[in-house]
Amino acid sequence: MTAPVPYRVVDRRVETADTVTLELVGEDGPAFAPGQFAMLTAYGIGEVPISLSGGGRGGRLIHTLRNVGAVTAALHGAAPGQMIGVRGPFGTTWDVDAARGHDVVIVAGGIGLAPLRPVVEAVLARRDEFGRVSVLVGARTPGDLLYPADLRRWRQRADVRTIVDRPADGWTGEVGLVTTLIPRAEADPDNTVAYLCGPEVMMRFVAEALIRRGLAGHDIHVSLERDMRCGAGWCGHCQLGPLLLCRDGPVFRYDRVEPLLRVREL
Amino acid sequence: MLSDLTIRVLAQPFFAGLTIGLVRELCECATAETFPAGATIFAEGGPADAFWLLEHGKVALGLHVPGRGDQVIETIGPGTVLGWSWLHPPYRWHFGANAIEPVTAVRFDAAAVRLRCETDPEFGYAMLSRLTPIITERLQATRLRLLDLWGRP
Ligand SMILES: Cc1cc2nc3c(=O)[nH]c(=O)nc-3n(C[C@H](O)[C@H](O)[C@H](O)COP(=O)(O)OP(=O)(O)OC[C@H]3O[C@@H](n4cnc5c(N)ncnc54)[C@H](O)[C@@H]3O)c2cc1C
Repeated sequence: MTAPVPYRVVDRRVETADTVTLELVGEDGPAFAPGQFAMLTAYGIGEVPISLSGGGRGGRLIHTLRNVGAVTAALHGAAPGQMIGVRGPFGTTWDVDAARGHDVVIVAGGIGLAPLRPVVEAVLARRDEFGRVSVLVGARTPGDLLYPADLRRWRQRADVRTIVDRPADGWTGEVGLVTTLIPRAEADPDNTVAYLCGPEVMMRFVAEALIRRGLAGHDIHVSLERDMRCGAGWCGHCQLGPLLLCRDGPVFRYDRVEPLLRVREL
Repeated sequence: MLSDLTIRVLAQPFFAGLTIGLVRELCECATAETFPAGATIFAEGGPADAFWLLEHGKVALGLHVPGRGDQVIETIGPGTVLGWSWLHPPYRWHFGANAIEPVTAVRFDAAAVRLRCETDPEFGYAMLSRLTPIITERLQATRLRLLDLWGRP
């Protein structure tokens, strides 16, 4: 296993009560592509997989991470100037070119918007190459919605809809599950490519709602971010049937993984 | 010749698959209705004497919780049906509904639709087979929300 390369935290932005976005810079760092992830090390504590949520070139990486345990807590607390270890890039990429000439539906739940942000940016940067673009974002509460400034900017060139499970006082937007936005997304089912990331069970229901609308399973791309350890296909921790999520994924076409998602973990 | 309302109902995927004859029959119980943003469409506990096919605008379903005020449970938007408490006794709304945007809708008179369902089983079956998937979908979404899946990525 290669040793982590030290990267410096150059910016730390608080996104929500438990989530921050870190910008890291490393000398001669390799290129990372949207969909791929890095193994980030909090020195002395441990290493975790975190998706690319921006950057990726010139040794500059942007990661959005949620504080859920020991390692993510340490990374969450990293201040500008601090060093973080980086291994990678690992994993498959979002195939944005698959959507050229088609309508695009991007569905994110919670922190799932982080790995999808580069997809939205890539599509909007080449807006003319795509048909209608819908970005559907669900979160637990309005305060958990990531990247409010990006959402506002995207609204100028895409149909961006947000929905929350638990509204707070003053919320005048939609309330419910992100699946309920699927029937209303402006997209021709015979000519649409979808990209999904979020809580796995929720994304299964989103994929089923898209299939009910007429999309084919192979036109639905999904990132599966189940617990993994080595990131390189050695330890077998993230095995899903015949697949190792870290090596064969995290991004899959839905028709490939759909039968496996119902298999219980051992 | 089809009436304006029949054309509007046929344009909505919700009743797709119903024969024109059945849609015509249904539209004999229908009127067009609009609500400005903020309007109460129906109040919790009130008589459930209609349902609406939403064409434009969003509606918030809510409940008044003592000590917590009006709580929005779900919002629903164009292309779907608002209200099903009219289907079964006691024909009272379990939740209230407010327009959160200007709403354009087709309103169906519940008593007239129920009467047709009872006297014409083909019509009744067609109606229920359109309404039950919506009820099932909303139940499933509610169950998923109960699981509060947000804890993990
Ligand atoms: C490919 C991939 C990409 C990811 N991208 C991001 C990202 O961009 N941002 C982000 O915040 N998180 C991301 N994650 C999740 C992140 O890796 C975990 O939250 C992290 O490993 C938790 O480590 P910890 O030491 O902080 O907590 P731990 O103490 O290890 O875990 C806390 C709890 O969370 C559970 N858990 C840990 N990881 C996962 C997981 N992946 N799925 C379900 N349960 C888990 C543990 O079993 C434990 O119950 C990604 C995961 C994968 C596999």
